[in-house]
Amino acid sequence: MSALPQPAPHSIASNSVTRVMGIVLAALLPAIATHLLFFGPGLAVQIVLGAASALAAEALALKLRGMPLKQYLTDGSALLTAVLLALCLPPLAPWWLIVSGMAFAILLAKHAFGGLGVNPFNPAMVGYAVLLVSFPVPLLQWLPPTGLQETSLSLWQTITTILTGAPPAQLQWDAITSPTPLESLRTGLSLGQTLQETRAEPIFGALGGRGWEWINLAILIGGAALLALQIIRWHIPVSMLGALAACAGVMYAIDPGSHAGSVFHVTSGASLLAAFFIATDPVTAPSSERGRLIYGTGIGVLTYVIRTWGGYPDGVAFAVLAMNLAVPLIDRHTIPRIHGRSR
Amino acid sequence: MARLATRGLRLEAHKERSTTQPIITAAVPQQLVLALNQQAGAANIPVVNVGDAVLLGQPIARPSGAHGAWLHSPVSGVVVAIEIRPVPPAHPDEQQSVSQCIVIDNDDRDQRFDFQAVDYQQLSPEELREHIAQGGIVGLGGAVFPTARKLASLASNSGTYLLVNGAECEPYISCDDMLMREHAADVVFGARILQRACGAEHCIIAVEDEMRDAIAAMKAVLQATGDSQIRLAIVPTVYPAGGERQLINTVCGIEVPSGELPTDVGVLCQNVGTSAATARWLRDGEPLISRIVTVTGDGVRQPRNLRARLGTPLSTLIADCDGYSERQHKLIMGGSMMGLELAGDDLPLIKAGNCVLAASRLDLTPRGPEMPCIRCGNCSDVCPAHLLPQQLHWYVQPPDPAALDRHGLLDCIECGCCDYVCPSQIPLTSRFRAAKPAMAEQRGDAQTSADVLRTRFEARTQRLARLEAEHREKLAAKRRQLRDKS
Repeated sequence: MSALPQPAPHSIASNSVTRVMGIVLAALLPAIATHLLFFGPGLAVQIVLGAASALAAEALALKLRGMPLKQYLTDGSALLTAVLLALCLPPLAPWWLIVSGMAFAILLAKHAFGGLGVNPFNPAMVGYAVLLVSFPVPLLQWLPPTGLQETSLSLWQTITTILTGAPPAQLQWDAITSPTPLESLRTGLSLGQTLQETRAEPIFGALGGRGWEWINLAILIGGAALLALQIIRWHIPVSMLGALAACAGVMYAIDPGSHAGSVFHVTSGASLLAAFFIATDPVTAPSSERGRLIYGTGIGVLTYVIRTWGGYPDGVAFAVLAMNLAVPLIDRHTIPRIHGRSR
Repeated sequence: MARLATRGLRLEAHKERSTTQPIITAAVPQQLVLALNQQAGAANIPVVNVGDAVLLGQPIARPSGAHGAWLHSPVSGVVVAIEIRPVPPAHPDEQQSVSQCIVIDNDDRDQRFDFQAVDYQQLSPEELREHIAQGGIVGLGGAVFPTARKLASLASNSGTYLLVNGAECEPYISCDDMLMREHAADVVFGARILQRACGAEHCIIAVEDEMRDAIAAMKAVLQATGDSQIRLAIVPTVYPAGGERQLINTVCGIEVPSGELPTDVGVLCQNVGTSAATARWLRDGEPLISRIVTVTGDGVRQPRNLRARLGTPLSTLIADCDGYSERQHKLIMGGSMMGLELAGDDLPLIKAGNCVLAASRLDLTPRGPEMPCIRCGNCSDVCPAHLLPQQLHWYVQPPDPAALDRHGLLDCIECGCCDYVCPSQIPLTSRFRAAKPAMAEQRGDAQTSADVLRTRFEARTQRLARLEAEHREKLAAKRRQLRDKS
């Protein structure tokens, strides 16, 4: 008799982890393009740095664990983590931020916990959270969107700024950076301004932050594509954004002078990116539909709580990580009713 | 049209290849090999001896238990051996199995044993079941459970269903479709007999919506006979719509409780092939000595359906389909989703043999190198038993019995849908199958473990008998040698 028989089924659909990750990366392209349009070439440099350090960290971890390099380096998962983290960092953040963030994400959050498929925490969010608590200042130095910039940097100036950590000669950080809309809102409210006064500042657009509105629209397009291709399911985005909007709506109804409304929260910060691309990471999300609804709702509520009463302008990363922690518990209690069983 | 009550896959069916040609009668070989383990449960016991002349349709082996099915000679000729022979596999981990077999040399005369038609309405249900057992009828959908035994398991008749399953959902297989197109009357007549034998109140024949010719043929027969007792249910063509529990849910709206049998909730399923075989036995007196088998795939020149005598070597069937094409790659008994890979075509056709798939590389998309599960959830989206295969997979390595029980490992029907959609190319179904026996034992599932033990014991007895025979043969040879020398 020849080798062991292949067990049935003998024919399967053409699908692979690389394909899944590739589609998610492709769905991020509109957002990346819009980002480049509004904030200059910084993101491209961050992605290149992030991808290089992610693949290097991945290769090192695979080597140390004695796993096949080619099979896992080409799965696209490290690349996706790099792009997601790059999207969360200020475009001019110094190089060592993304490099050390990726090292944390890949070596510690991913491989130290077992690697692809078994890491309990979203690696990109671990990287971001570590950077945010360790180096809050450079992480909050955002650029103003095009049109509001006093001066715009060329690609070369962008690269040197990122690599040296210092702005080009004759320019001060204060001249080229500006706080994010969420941070402006926070600062404005803490200074005793009303919401309406704060939102009159030029950084705010019709819905959320200027420029950000368009990036978020691009994220929405990518997210819709993922839904249509059944790479993600509706439960997490809908429950997360729904919970966030509900919290914001209730607070706005109670006190419209000091709380931004639902639309602002949904279209600001990393809300949409998280809803479609981060919270939906299947590895770190619950496995049942009911579980995903609970998980998404938790992220939405926590995001609002941290944004409104916490110490950071955006709370998405911490909300995702906190809910990652709850996944085993959620999974344990949301096993769907099996065919032929009562609950 | 009934809405499919369960999840599943819409698969490329590949059935049109074998349905363009009418069913032909397969060539009858010079020698036939009749396995004694062709029905579920204990093996048959020969009632003929080596050297006996047998007639076509003559009983050659009796069942060892109550309501088991008999085995008959498919040709007239002489029993030339009763010995261990290779037979098609019973388990996916092997490419062939061995069984005690009755080997018959065909005398090409097809002299019939006493074929007697029986008016089924003259028999009581009990007598009818006994008669069906004597006809060698077993479930031809693949499970080969003795039909008489199954028919006896319906407790009452009020509100009960006989569900005749023509939903042949697995890719490539078309023998039931072709049977209904060409012999719809047999299916309907057989259904009436089976209904009387089990006492079910309702009788429903289920067909897939894409089997248009079969539906038309069945409708025509039902109309012509004015049969208002039997209803036709048309179900969506989704794999595995024809799975017993899935079909019952779709057609009758009943979920068979986990761990129970369909008959526990008053539904009895029989395959359309079983129904037609019953009709031939009662109406023509012809026991189950042949079946319709689909021979298909890019690996044969002319895919088609054949009516072949049991015990015919698969190689003969391939020859009847103009032989292998140059692209032939892998031989499978059954379809591409649940079929068993075969070591070769030198194996006899058995009652369970609904399809021989000679697959080329174009037919199959094999698995690539396995990657870790990324919990994408494709598997749980398609699982017809509503399980979470990604969680089951987490808990089978190493096995965590409590968690596996919670997640319903034993409710897995091994359809292969989760494997099909898995981006990480994980052989989920075979992992689950491997984890089940230990689980069943852990659960104290007395019946399952008793069955396992009995099968093991029978295999051991057969093996010991074979070893002893070989040993004696050797001794005798040595003795002869010594005698010749002296």
